[in-house]
Amino acid sequence: MDGLVQLQKQLVDYTASLFREGFLDDQFNQLQQLQDESNPEFVVEVVTLFFEDAERLLNELSKTLDSSFPNRGQASIDFKKLDAHVHQLKGSSSSIGAQRVHSVCISFRNSCEEQNVEGCLKNLQQVRHEYSLVKTKLETLFRMEKQILEAAG
Amino acid sequence: MESKKSEGESSRSRISALVVDDDAIIRKIHKAMLQQVFNMDAKSVKDGKEAVDLHRCGANFDIIFMDKEMPIMDGHEATKELRGMGVKSMIVGITTRADEKDREEFLAAGSNHCFEKPLNRAKVEQVLHDHPNFPF
Repeated sequence: MDGLVQLQKQLVDYTASLFREGFLDDQFNQLQQLQDESNPEFVVEVVTLFFEDAERLLNELSKTLDSSFPNRGQASIDFKKLDAHVHQLKGSSSSIGAQRVHSVCISFRNSCEEQNVEGCLKNLQQVRHEYSLVKTKLETLFRMEKQILEAAG
Repeated sequence: MESKKSEGESSRSRISALVVDDDAIIRKIHKAMLQQVFNMDAKSVKDGKEAVDLHRCGANFDIIFMDKEMPIMDGHEATKELRGMGVKSMIVGITTRADEKDREEFLAAGSNHCFEKPLNRAKVEQVLHDHPNFPF
């Protein structure tokens, strides 16, 4: 029982750290509130959809930006297409409460609007980094929740 | 849900809602929230054209949550089209940009409200609060 209490405390502390460090915002709380006995896997299902979608979009963003290098530059970049992909990532990240990914998407859309190639490249790198961090954090969170369920029998 | 009406509620049929968004994650979250928190009868479609087609086939909803940027037919266009068809539902525009222009365009197209994404409990409560006699 002590082990279970300790795991629960670790989970509470870890979750609090994700909010404190800005990885998640209140929208994630709202997702958790939608999970109940009739829908016990709701958060994992939604977040898994987000992972799949984000990875597809990040690949599309890389392809769209990579296609303009090394020789072609700004004129060959399809900024409209780029912006459409960022728009999708911005919407889904805000819907699951992935706050830091969402913030980079705002800056990324501005770079698309300004047709700023350097800005877009920098934002792509940053959004990849933030996505990778929040993915790892959420996977850890789900692992901890699973451990608690198993320990509770 | 405090803001959601009073006596007589139980005798009234559930509010019907349509979520229009090209993002499957958003459709799933919004539908779950409307069903679980607000006890609405919620459906979803993935673009404005599907929403218009659904109404052409005779469907009717008390409230429509309409995304702005969608392929095939965007939220502004679909809102205009629905109003042109005489659809009286409350239409709530949802946009990723919080700027006035987007909001004004949505309202000019015929929506009753416009919010920045994500749609959340507080925003839905605000809509219901602003229209105490809803559904009309």
